[in-house]
Amino acid sequence: MSKIPGALNLGLRRGILEIKQFTRQRESVVFTLLFPLILLAIFGSVFKDTIAPGVTFSQYFVAGMVASGLVNSGFQQLAITIPMERDYGSLKRLRGTPMPVASYFIGKALLVFVSMILQVILLLAGGYFFFGLNMPTDISKWFTFTWLIILGTASSTVLGIAFSTVPKSGRGASAVVSPVVIVLQFFSGVFFIFTQLPSWMQQVAAIFPLKWLTQGMRSVFLPDSFAASEVAKSWETGRTFLILIIWLVVGFFISLRTFKWSRD
Amino acid sequence: MNVIEVRGLRKSYASLEAVRGIDLSITKGEIFSLLGPNGAGKTTTVEILEGFRTRDAGEVKVLGFDPATQGRASREWRNRIGIVLQSTSDAGDLTVSETISHFSGYYSNPRNPEEVIAAVGLEDKSKDLIRNLSGGQRRRLDVALGIIGNPELLFLDEPTTGFDPEARRAFWSLIDGLRNDGTTIVLTTHYLDEAEALADRVAVINHGQIIEVSTPKQLGGRSTSKALVQWRDNDEIKSEETENPTALVSTLTTQFSGEIPELSITRPSLEDIYLKMIGRADE
Repeated sequence: MSKIPGALNLGLRRGILEIKQFTRQRESVVFTLLFPLILLAIFGSVFKDTIAPGVTFSQYFVAGMVASGLVNSGFQQLAITIPMERDYGSLKRLRGTPMPVASYFIGKALLVFVSMILQVILLLAGGYFFFGLNMPTDISKWFTFTWLIILGTASSTVLGIAFSTVPKSGRGASAVVSPVVIVLQFFSGVFFIFTQLPSWMQQVAAIFPLKWLTQGMRSVFLPDSFAASEVAKSWETGRTFLILIIWLVVGFFISLRTFKWSRD
Repeated sequence: MNVIEVRGLRKSYASLEAVRGIDLSITKGEIFSLLGPNGAGKTTTVEILEGFRTRDAGEVKVLGFDPATQGRASREWRNRIGIVLQSTSDAGDLTVSETISHFSGYYSNPRNPEEVIAAVGLEDKSKDLIRNLSGGQRRRLDVALGIIGNPELLFLDEPTTGFDPEARRAFWSLIDGLRNDGTTIVLTTHYLDEAEALADRVAVINHGQIIEVSTPKQLGGRSTSKALVQWRDNDEIKSEETENPTALVSTLTTQFSGEIPELSITRPSLEDIYLKMIGRADE
């Protein structure tokens, strides 16, 4: 008898299938990919000030939007769609096959990664052509950008899977998950300048990954001179890396332990 | 060795004892049907066999393997079984053929996706999105996904709910074909005629216990039960239960000259027997 296919191989196949399914839900594709650009257009038109020498609000805001994109397409998307898949019975059906849970997770991570890449390309291209966004020229900044995207995708994915057990049903999932994300966005300095927030908000935000992703993205998109205007007077790159790793590991174990294939 | 071997199975939910000591032996190549009213413990039993639920007590071996085991061994085991659950209803953004090909990739020795699509009669729909299928067509897709892995053991849960009579007949011949290939099948159904048409043996479950295991022909003493003879005498319909309907009819022929008006002889159907059995258990 031939061997059953490996978990990684099946994970790749699941990823391709998930992406195929995603691209066929036209409304959600348009919404997910264009929403950050729409927000940038609104904020870019309302706030035209320069917040530091050579730093426009749009420039500051793009960093926040890229970071939020990681939370939206990972955490929010999965914590809403997985309870729906659970209600539909699709998860129980998968549970009845030899496909391991790891493959399911890998498939979701690939979906998040691909939709994230598309979203970032659209956001940066839109920002560059219409809102005078400055692209980093330093190769080391692109290196930071890359690991932030990879770590951000991975931790956002596992945390979304972990949180997917919280909503009681697929129908109510959006109402449970979206407020969490929106509050986090306000607290983490996505819509406002982080240092202007009340310090208790800053401290709450510092527990969660979004604040660190946003700050990390600022280190990519803002000039290094701006680091002095951060809370710690530096980009805290090492700390960001560490905190994201911790959330990734914690999220991974929680999602493995608590993942539910069916409602009861 | 039996494909399924269950001894003293028990399972409770809070204060409810759903399964109260069930024994079962299902042999290779047979179609075994579980009958019972809703809440009888049927679904709980099957879900324990499928590895979806844990048990409180008892021994369970399915293909020589304890379904409660997790990990690598569990994958090897799932590679050998197929499960058709009660209807799933996902968004259906994939085509029939994409879905079946994808699932075939989960198994070490799958059947050919095109052959499976043909076997469930979805050739004309193979390029259609699942969301555009009718209820009966979706159900046939469910069955296709259950058999794509070429299972030694197949669980069918209410497989023909929502089928029209023609589709049910077609489905029955599909199941007959699987039996001929040597697949062991565990069928739960509400349709007694389905159990009668397909099952080699049936078990009736009520209140978490098995009342009887038998062939459909012999269940509840059906083969030896009395026949009901009915006829019309003037304006009155008369009926008599008898063990010797032939003798009764020949007596009747002497009473009537020629045809006996509205004569009928019936034996209890599987459904009659079944309803009597679960009714008795209710007392």
